[in-house]
Amino acid sequence: MPDNQPFEPVIIGFTCNWCSYRAADLAGTARVKYAPNIRLVRLMCSGRLDPTFVIKALASGADAVLISGCHPGECHYIEQNYKALRRFMLLRRTLVQMGIEPQRVQLVWASAAEGVKLAQEINRMVEEIRALGPLNWGQIPEKSPIQDTALEVAV
Amino acid sequence: MAKQNEEIRIGVYVCHCGSNIAGTVDVDNVAKWAAENLKDRGVVISRDYKFMCSSLGQELIEKDIHDYRLNRVVVAACSPHLHENTFRKACANAGLNPYLCELVSIREQVSWVHTDKVAATEKSKAVLAGGVERVIHHESLEPLHVPIHPATLVVGGGIAGIQAALEIADAGFPVYMVEREPSIGGHMAQFDKTFPTLDCSACILTPRMVSVGTHPHVTLYTWSEVVRVEGYVGNFTVTIKKKARYVNEALCTGCGICQEKCPKKIIDDVYEAGLGFRKAVYTPFPQAVPKFPVIDKPNCTYFQKGTCRACEKFCPTNAIDFNQEDEFITVQVGNIILATGYDLFDPRRVESYGYGRLANVFTSLEFERLSNAAGPTNGNIVLRDGKTTPTSVGIIHCVGSRDRNYNNYCSVICCMQGLKFAHLVKERTGATVYNFYIDMRTAYKAYDEFYQRVLEEGTLFVRGRVAEVTDAGRQVGEEGKLIIQVEDTLVGKQRRIPVDMVILSAGLQPRNDAKEVAKLFGLSCSADGWFIEKHPKLDPVATMTEGIFIAGCVQGPKDIPSSVSQGAAASARVLGRIQQGEIALEPVRATIHEDQCSGCRICNGLCPFNAILYHEDRMVSEINPALCQGCGTCVGACPAGAITGTVFSDDQILGQIEGLLMLNVPEIATLKETQ
Repeated sequence: MPDNQPFEPVIIGFTCNWCSYRAADLAGTARVKYAPNIRLVRLMCSGRLDPTFVIKALASGADAVLISGCHPGECHYIEQNYKALRRFMLLRRTLVQMGIEPQRVQLVWASAAEGVKLAQEINRMVEEIRALGPLNWGQIPEKSPIQDTALEVAV
Repeated sequence: MAKQNEEIRIGVYVCHCGSNIAGTVDVDNVAKWAAENLKDRGVVISRDYKFMCSSLGQELIEKDIHDYRLNRVVVAACSPHLHENTFRKACANAGLNPYLCELVSIREQVSWVHTDKVAATEKSKAVLAGGVERVIHHESLEPLHVPIHPATLVVGGGIAGIQAALEIADAGFPVYMVEREPSIGGHMAQFDKTFPTLDCSACILTPRMVSVGTHPHVTLYTWSEVVRVEGYVGNFTVTIKKKARYVNEALCTGCGICQEKCPKKIIDDVYEAGLGFRKAVYTPFPQAVPKFPVIDKPNCTYFQKGTCRACEKFCPTNAIDFNQEDEFITVQVGNIILATGYDLFDPRRVESYGYGRLANVFTSLEFERLSNAAGPTNGNIVLRDGKTTPTSVGIIHCVGSRDRNYNNYCSVICCMQGLKFAHLVKERTGATVYNFYIDMRTAYKAYDEFYQRVLEEGTLFVRGRVAEVTDAGRQVGEEGKLIIQVEDTLVGKQRRIPVDMVILSAGLQPRNDAKEVAKLFGLSCSADGWFIEKHPKLDPVATMTEGIFIAGCVQGPKDIPSSVSQGAAASARVLGRIQQGEIALEPVRATIHEDQCSGCRICNGLCPFNAILYHEDRMVSEINPALCQGCGTCVGACPAGAITGTVFSDDQILGQIEGLLMLNVPEIATLKETQ
C-alpha cells in the first residue's frame, strides 16, 4: 500500500440469514449509505460461526471482523445467538492474548428491521479500525516454512 | 464438495439490473476481471447482461451450461432472498443440480449502499471472487420434503381472521381459531357504519361470526390465548390456554338471565370503549359468538368477597361453575395465520388535545360507540353529560399519526373515518362540523366520491394541524365551549374555532404485546412494531418464518376491505400448501461423520431441537435429520470437525472468506499458486 494514501481497512462481516443479512438487504432497499470497507458472509445463524472463520479472516488479510446476529431472545433457532455470544467472548479473550486489539472483533445485534442501525455500526467500526491501523498478520513479508506452519495451525 | 476427478467449470454472470447496479458498478470491468483473474479458479466464461433475471438472462445461463459444459454458476446480482430460486431453476432447466449455483449480492450490498464508483467496483470484484471460491465447494443436493398437517391455526377473531378461517373451513379443512376476548368480531363489531358505503357494520359482520361459530370444520377457542408454539412448518404443536369461563358451555343456553341478575356493574373499557357498563358475568354484546358469557373473576363479588352467587341461583340450566379451572389444550397444525389486529393510539399522550382532561373530547372508538344504535346512548350523539346534543363538532385528523413525536406512519383509515363521523354527526344532529386535516387521503374505490358527498353536505374543512384544544375561552362566544386553535394553512391565518364536541381521529398502533407475540411465533417486528411480511409487494401475507402467515392490521394499518383481502390471501397460501400435501425446504442440515466423532458430546447440549442423539454403545453422536433445523451451531462447535453442514459447509465459508480477501492480499493468491 502506498504511504501517501489513507488507510482503508477491510472488514469481514458474518451475518445471520434471518436478521442481520436481511438488515443489510433493507439498508440496500432503503438506499442507506455506508462505507464500502465491509464484505459480508451469510450464515444461517450467528451460532454457525466457527471461531476458525474469524481467525481465517484475520489471517487472510482482514483488518477486523464484525459478527452480527439476532437480538437476544429473538433467535430464529430459539437460543443459538447466546451460543454465538459465548464463543465471541472466549474468542476475543484469546485474540487479545495473541496481541490483537479487542476492537478488531466486534459483535453487533441487528434485527431484520434495523438496516439503518447496521449501516451506522458498520460506519462506526470502519472509523475505529481506520484509527487503529492495519493488522499486518496476513501480509507475510518473506515466505518461511515456520510461518506457513504457524498459519496452518492457526487456521 | 468437489469430486476428486471433477474439473471445475464455472460460469460467471454479472447483472446490470438496468442502472441499479450498472449506475454505480463498472459491471463490464468486473466481468472482464473475473474472466482474466479467476481463470485458474475454474471460471471458463464470464459475462455481463442487462437483466439476468429476465427470461433472456436465464436462457443465457442455460445455453452456456450446455455449450461450455459448466458445472458451477455464479450470478452477481441482487440479494439471494430475491432471486436465488430464479437462478437455481435456470440451472435445473439445463440439467445442472440447482444447488451448484451461487447468487452474490452486488446490488443491496454494493451499488445501492455505496457511492464511490471505484470502491464499489472493487468491492463487487471481491464479492464475486468470494462467490467463485465458495461455489467450488458446492455439492449436488436434493430439497427436503416435509409433510403438511391439514389443520390450520388462526389467531385473532377479527374480520381478517374470520375471513381466513372461513375460506379454509369452506374448503373442507380443519381450523382452530383462538380469540383472547369472550367473543369473536374484533374492532369491526364495535362500529356502527362502515365507510364509504355506510353499510351497517353488525349487519355484514354478524352473519360471518355465526358461520365461524357453527362451522363443522372450525373449532373455536374464545377467552383463550396461545401460550406455546413448537415445531416447524407442516407440523406445529400449539398449546392454547383456555381461561376458565366459570360457565359450563355444555349446559349454557345463552339465555342471558345471569347477566340480568348480576348485581355488579363495571365500566366496559374494551367493547364500549369506557362509555358503557357491563356486568361481572357478561358477553361483550348481544350477538356475541359464542353466546356463552364469562365471569370476570377480579370483578365478581363472589370471587372477591365469598358471597353473592346470584348468577348461579338464577341460572335455569345450572351452567354456572365456580370451580372451573384454566385448561391447556394442545393441537397439531400445519400452518398458522396471525390476525391479531391493532390497538387504538392513546390520545392522552397528546396532552394539548385535552383527552381525559376535557370532558367533551372523544376518541374515534368512543364516537363509534356513541353513534352505534346498540351503543350506550342508543345511537344518540350527545355530550359527556348524556343528554345535550352538540351544535358544533370538530373532528381532528392524524392524532398520533404522521407525527414525529408519536408515529411517523399514516394510519390509513383516519381520513375516511373522520369523513364518516362528519356525515353521521350532520345526519343525526344537524350540527356544524369542522374537519381539521393535514392532507385528505381518500384512495381506493368510491372513497373520494364519499369525500365529495361529505363536502356537498356542507361539512367545513380546515387544512392545518391543530395546535391545541382548550376550554379557556377569551373571546365573546367562547364561553363554555372547547376552542380549537389551528393554523389554517390555506388562508395562512391562525384561527380559534369554538365547538361543543371534539372527536380525535386517532391512529392505529401495534398491539401492546406485539413484541411478545412475535417472539412466541418466531417472527420479527418492524421498528414501528408491525409484523414484517416476506416481501412488501410480492409476498405481503407470508413471513420470514415458513408456515406462519399474517393478515389484517397486524401487518400494518389498513381498512376493512384490505383486511378481508389479506385474510383471504393468507388462506389461499395455506390451502395451496395443504393441497400439495408437502413442502420442499432448503436442504440445510448437519450430519455427523461417525468415523471422525470422538463421542465428546459437546454438540449434544447445543441443539435446541434435541436433534442430536448419543449412541452409548458405539460412543458416537448422530443427528436426526427430521429434527435438525440447520442452524449449524453444532458444526461450528465440533472440535474434531466431524460435523458437516450442507449449503454452509466449512469449506464453502472458508473459501468465500479467501475469495473476499483475494484482492487485498496478493500474497495469499501467490501462496496459493505456488502450492
